[in-house]
Amino acid sequence: MSTLMQGKKIVVMGVANSRSIAWGCARALEENGAEVIYTYQNDRMKKSLTRTVGEDKSMVACDVADDDNVTKAFEEIHEKHGNIDGVIHAVAFADKETLEGGVLNTKRDGYRMAQDISSYSLIAVSRAASRIMNEGGSIATLTYFGSTRAIPNYNMMGIAKAALESSVRYLARDLGPQKIRVNSISAGAMKTLAVTGIKEHSKLLQLSRDLTVDGNEVTLEEIGNVATFLMSPLSTGVTGDIIYVDKGVHLS
Amino acid sequence: MNKEEIFDKIADLIADRFEVNKDKIGPELNFKTDLDADSIDFVEFVLEMEDTFSSEIPDEEAEKLTTVQQAVDYVYNNL
Ligand SMILES: NC(=O)c1ccc[n+]([C@@H]2O[C@H](COP(=O)([O-])OP(=O)(O)OC[C@H]3O[C@@H](n4cnc5c(N)ncnc54)[C@H](O)[C@@H]3O)[C@@H](O)[C@H]2O)c1
Repeated sequence: MSTLMQGKKIVVMGVANSRSIAWGCARALEENGAEVIYTYQNDRMKKSLTRTVGEDKSMVACDVADDDNVTKAFEEIHEKHGNIDGVIHAVAFADKETLEGGVLNTKRDGYRMAQDISSYSLIAVSRAASRIMNEGGSIATLTYFGSTRAIPNYNMMGIAKAALESSVRYLARDLGPQKIRVNSISAGAMKTLAVTGIKEHSKLLQLSRDLTVDGNEVTLEEIGNVATFLMSPLSTGVTGDIIYVDKGVHLS
Repeated sequence: MNKEEIFDKIADLIADRFEVNKDKIGPELNFKTDLDADSIDFVEFVLEMEDTFSSEIPDEEAEKLTTVQQAVDYVYNNL
């Protein structure tokens, strides 16, 4: 086992099951010696989180739809574990109707909800987390290149990801003086629970696979390794950035 | 893999995910009516089947699977 992350405590938000990108991140972090603290949305998700990571792991409830809940979650983490060294934010949501209806038909409520959970939540989390974060800490979120391109059917989520990526740049400025870095990983498409909300996602996944440089989809492990790099002291010079971990899909 | 082996693996997945006794799982068990399952459960269950059988199950096909027997047949015919 590598000792790169030894003594570092990283909060991982968004493990729903063994396909979750957050789970790839958590595994890579643990393999490199980090202590991982998991957060879950609600009791429904706690069940599948426990099934995925095992009962002996540290878990804290955190529904990012509610500011108080976010504040309390990080207070609880602080009480239980002291200061932390990083956060992986792998959380997003848009309701099916909004995703499937096309951008032109997006309603105010659907827009608000998608932005709230998928983009504002990074701001709320960064604020709460930075209060209990050691100098040299790191925050990373997950994005998709539907933020800068109009990918068929990605719709509202692309708009939310554009806001998320912009938030990353401004948060990097705000937290710079505290020596905390903020970055995002733009991951290649892979079949997870979240993706099944997208209309014709099988086509999106196939298209994405066809555009990789070698015809093979990116793996959870590959994304997890880059997340670990971003959480580690190896990346102290990187902030406000988007790193593409998509096997070259964005080159097309 | 023959149909018995596929059935056995699917029954294991169901027993684990939906916390039911494996002995009680028969071919006619209906995912929608016999299990305490929401839509997330079902999607996750399909993802687990994909992992178990290293194959892809498109949504249009997954939606048609309502009984254990149908799932067994699908995996058998498409593996
Ligand atoms: N799967 C892909 O192809 C892909 C590609 C690029 C980026 N991403 C991004 O990766 C991140 C993780 O998604 P995933 O694909 O692993 O899917 P996933 O379904 O496994 O994870 C999404 C997570 O978001 C959590 N969540 C939703 N609403 C929440 C709330 N109100 N409070 C707390 N948590 C909440 C869910 O509980 C779940 O754990 C998302 O930001 C997604 O947009 C995914």
